[in-house]
Amino acid sequence: MDKRSFLTAVPALGLAAWLPGCADQRSHSNAVYMLVDTSGTYAQEVDKAQLIVNYLLGSLQSGDSLAVARVRSRSFSEKDIIAKATFDNRPSQANSQKRAFREQMETFTRTARGSAYTDITGGLIQGAMFLNETGAGRKTILIFSDMQEELDKSTVRDFPIDLKAIRVVAVNVVKLKTDNIDPRKYMGRLEDWQKRVVKAGASEWLVINDLEHLDRMLKS
Amino acid sequence: MAGSALWMIVPGNAALSAIVLFLIAMPFLYAARKPVHELVRSVGHLASGPLRLASRWLLAVARDMKERNKAVLLAHGREETGQLITREFERVATLVRRDLEGYPALQRRLLDEITRVEEDYKKCGEVPPPPPEWVEAVDAVAKVKNGNELVQRVLEEINSTIKEIYQKTLGEYRNAYEERHKILNGFMPFWRSLDKTLAQADQKMTSLNDRATQIDAQIDKYQEIVKKTDKAEHALTMSQLTQFFISTLVLAIAAGGALINYKLIALPMSEMVGAGDYLTSSLRTSDVAALVIIFVEATMGLFLMETLRITHLFPRIHNLSDQMRGRMLWIALTLLVTLAGIEAALALMRDMLIADKAALLQSLATTAQQHVANDGWLARIPTAGQMLLGFILPFALAFIAIPLESFIASVRTVGGEALVLLARATAFVLRLAGNLVRNSARVLVTLYDVVIVVPLMVERLVKARPDGAGGRNVSEARLKSHDVDEHKLVARRN
Repeated sequence: MDKRSFLTAVPALGLAAWLPGCADQRSHSNAVYMLVDTSGTYAQEVDKAQLIVNYLLGSLQSGDSLAVARVRSRSFSEKDIIAKATFDNRPSQANSQKRAFREQMETFTRTARGSAYTDITGGLIQGAMFLNETGAGRKTILIFSDMQEELDKSTVRDFPIDLKAIRVVAVNVVKLKTDNIDPRKYMGRLEDWQKRVVKAGASEWLVINDLEHLDRMLKS
Repeated sequence: MAGSALWMIVPGNAALSAIVLFLIAMPFLYAARKPVHELVRSVGHLASGPLRLASRWLLAVARDMKERNKAVLLAHGREETGQLITREFERVATLVRRDLEGYPALQRRLLDEITRVEEDYKKCGEVPPPPPEWVEAVDAVAKVKNGNELVQRVLEEINSTIKEIYQKTLGEYRNAYEERHKILNGFMPFWRSLDKTLAQADQKMTSLNDRATQIDAQIDKYQEIVKKTDKAEHALTMSQLTQFFISTLVLAIAAGGALINYKLIALPMSEMVGAGDYLTSSLRTSDVAALVIIFVEATMGLFLMETLRITHLFPRIHNLSDQMRGRMLWIALTLLVTLAGIEAALALMRDMLIADKAALLQSLATTAQQHVANDGWLARIPTAGQMLLGFILPFALAFIAIPLESFIASVRTVGGEALVLLARATAFVLRLAGNLVRNSARVLVTLYDVVIVVPLMVERLVKARPDGAGGRNVSEARLKSHDVDEHKLVARRN
């Protein structure tokens, strides 16, 4: 909406007049699925998750989608989605949806309880399904977790997953006590996840521990 | 490395090897002198010929374009000056009709006023005092001898009577003067009216005279154009150039206004057509919709100016009947007012959306929510300003038609002149390049002779021997003839 877009709009308008029905059919919307780890000691980090969600609400535009889900012992379930919304095309309606979303998140933050296990893979599969359903042009999964997956014996997750054309970003990957003793564990854990995500077809894998860098990532 | 050293006849001594090679090659170079000269000249000619040809063609094209431009310019100037003269004549006709229509009345008024002034003037003529009839009686009485008491009394009576009559006459005389002064005083409004009427007549005549002078100037200009003089062409070109720059400047200012207008309505348009639709990867449909609104406003302004006969971009509109033109005018004006109203509403919506977004971001911020002071009517000033701007800008944009017409009219002349200039510049560059190539070929020929100067000297010595005098003469004659041919060739090429 600046001078540049005004100047590009003039010839584009002429082009559009020449070629009726040539509107860009590709989706230009963003879809973000955020997994919030509530297992073990990481549950106390949930306040930071609220900050990230607030930031996302401020950044996402009309037509974009946002969903926040918790990571529990078994996360491959719609029940784990705390809040989800595809923002209305009208900015005023979108703002109302964002306010409602924030309230839902605040309720979750107040009532969040820890879980015994951490099923990140299940959350990823659920997130990929949600994102693909939105049909958004740019899909992102934010994993707010220490990336330490712990599954119970009966949960099966050791199979290839599909994250094609999805950008996966691990946020606030805190170091565990064992990581402090041997940092190779931390590095190895992240490396394993990177391999797994890339193998699943993800367009990008990023780790962002400083939340200020999240802004740059979302704008890129 | 080994390969590169193969040419060295004297191993390890490149300079000596080069000299030896050069000496070996020299006889061959001498033998190949004529064909090499021919080759270099031919290549030079091959390269310079097309360049010079292209240069000539471009100059011819520039001449043609110049002629065409001149014809168009003069035709345009003739039309424009003709219109101006017609307009001036219309004005003069209006002036004459209006003023001459009033002249009989003016004349009658002047005559009335003059008659009245004359009558009044006659009235104020000096009234002579009554003839002194009693003087003779006094003389008769005075001749009577003194001492007569009766005479004394009569004289006293006469004296008192004379005094009374004198006082009465003096009073009447004064009254008469007073009357005349009053009449003269009554002249003043008539004089003033007369002066005003004459001043009006003078002003009208002066105005008519000015118009006539302007028409004279336009007629002179028109005659110059008809005669197709360079002076007229130059004047028209300069006029068009000035028009071009002025209209470009005004259009740039109008584009700035359109940009502001666009910024005002682009955001609220997303509320109407949705913010998530894109025409291209970076161009939202709402942005384009805002632009369309601005263009529609500009078009309505264009039609408005056309129907008002301020611009003449569409001959069809210009040729419409007055009734139809009037209808079109009202339709265009109504649409423009409606669009201006929509823009004002959109400007208000923009303000509301921005305020809503700001409130949302504030509520999402981590810091505690701060109470925003309500500035009352002060906070409403920007909103009102935006609305006013949204309402006014469409009307301001409507006037874009006038500079647009000037721009379109002048761009033909300016563009044509620029093309002529470009063609001439290109022709010059091509001619320069052709000359450079041809002269380079000559330099190469001379350089070749410099390289094989030793065999050439030997040749000259051999030809200069006494037994070869005849041969020398023949050779010199051949050389001279060759030089003459070369000069002729050069002259022909030039």
